[in-house]
Amino acid sequence: MIRDITLGQYYPGNSVIHRLDARTKIIATLLYIVVLFMVKNFWGFLIAAAFMFAIIEFSRVPVRFIFRGLTAVFLIIAFTFVINLFMVDGRVLWEWKFLSITYEGVSRAFFMAVRLVLLIIGSSLMTLTTKPIELTDGLEKLLKPFSKIGLPSHEIALMMTIALRFIPTLMEETDKIIKAQQARGADFESGNLLYRAKALIPILIPLFINSFRIAQDLALAMEARCYHGGSGRTRMNEIKFHRGDVIAALLMAVFTGIIVLSRSL
Amino acid sequence: MRIEARNLKYTYSPDMPGSATALDGVSFCVDGAGIVGIIGHTGSGKSTLLQHLNGLIAPTSGDIFIDGECITGGKRNLTDIRRKIGLVFQYPEYQLFEESVAADVAFGPKNLGVKSDEIEDRVRRAIEVVGLDYEDVKDKSPFELSGGMKRRAAIAGVIAMEPEVLMLDEPTAGLDPAAHRDILAMIKRMQREMEMIILFVSHNMADIAELSDRVIVMSEGKIAMDGTPREVFAERERLTEMGLSLPLAGKLGLEISERLKDFATEALSIDELAGDIERYIKG
Repeated sequence: MIRDITLGQYYPGNSVIHRLDARTKIIATLLYIVVLFMVKNFWGFLIAAAFMFAIIEFSRVPVRFIFRGLTAVFLIIAFTFVINLFMVDGRVLWEWKFLSITYEGVSRAFFMAVRLVLLIIGSSLMTLTTKPIELTDGLEKLLKPFSKIGLPSHEIALMMTIALRFIPTLMEETDKIIKAQQARGADFESGNLLYRAKALIPILIPLFINSFRIAQDLALAMEARCYHGGSGRTRMNEIKFHRGDVIAALLMAVFTGIIVLSRSL
Repeated sequence: MRIEARNLKYTYSPDMPGSATALDGVSFCVDGAGIVGIIGHTGSGKSTLLQHLNGLIAPTSGDIFIDGECITGGKRNLTDIRRKIGLVFQYPEYQLFEESVAADVAFGPKNLGVKSDEIEDRVRRAIEVVGLDYEDVKDKSPFELSGGMKRRAAIAGVIAMEPEVLMLDEPTAGLDPAAHRDILAMIKRMQREMEMIILFVSHNMADIAELSDRVIVMSEGKIAMDGTPREVFAERERLTEMGLSLPLAGKLGLEISERLKDFATEALSIDELAGDIERYIKG
């Protein structure tokens, strides 16, 4: 169950997409998200989805694997869909007591759901094809110019590295605690909502305590290796843009242009 | 009580590039009381095997039978399995969560639906079995106990479920020598008093040699050897190939017999070795 969450996971590979500079991928992903909100009609979503599938094809990450990540956020998507379905005013399609579905509601709900799905696939594709360490290196470089105005770019990047690095660790820890409590007869799958919420306590408390223990160990280990922040640090592997990044940037620009054009369709 | 595994196979994350076969055709049978030690290199599938026997993981293929009843196919009553088979995880103290030791130990029996007046009895018994003073610890927070005591409190949490089979995954890992000795003595005593089946995983060959009636050696998801400690530890080369070794006394015995021509020993414990040396010196 807990292993199905692919958001933030890395899928090892050596595709064109994997080899792109992390900065290119971060900017492209941000741009893609912005573009998703510029889409106004069905054609725009079709183009955005086609573009996304082309990237997935190039990245050689199995589609099945990406969609499994969606099941974890399915509830959020379903919730958005239902809320939009019933809450938008307009031409009434169907009515029952206080509930009504409007033509506008249907299209809005559909748009929102597609937008969310593409948004999640887009951002998970970035983490799937980029090693966490490259991702944060890229982020640090991108934020570097802002350090002049006091933005702690190195610290932010480090915090992200640690957060990303510990996602699998904490998931493993959670998995282990769930199993250990199941072995003691705990049941997380039946009963009403209140009962189920209460059933989480035996997982959350140990998880909380263990994360503090892990954090403490990590802090000590870093200090023992003389970590003192970002000033004066050099890198073994400096990241550089390549030809692929230029091509990717051009493609992104073309895509953005097409989406902007599609607004007037 | 009889546990039987038939051709168990299990693969972790089968659709990822890093998929790993943890179990690859494991078959064995444990029939009747006794202590079974399981050894193997890290990643040889020991812990995965224990989790299968407790119904926490369903095998990719193969079957497990508990007293002739299949627990792997179709509808299976997990609570029933866990009532019969207790599993103590590695570092079990990391799963403590209640406000008091007594409440934490009561968690398991409560989940099994044991009546509340019986729970108290069980909790008291379990805490005493693991060698803690019930009156002293029952109201203490589990987090203020020492490492060794926490471990015992956590083990008590499984014992209070009164399983017929107890499985322990590296019960002595990370403990100081005194706590280590106590836990071993506790396992031995429990087995004798309750005539239960105990399966335990350990990296400590001396513990395995001392406690086990039978040793199962796992390697790359398969059972590589299965026999009495003496049979298994007689095959030093094969063990070394699998990244394992002999208990200290065994190594020492071999070393001595290589240097002294007419000295022979099969000792696996310090006691036995000392006896053999004594006999040798006296002629």
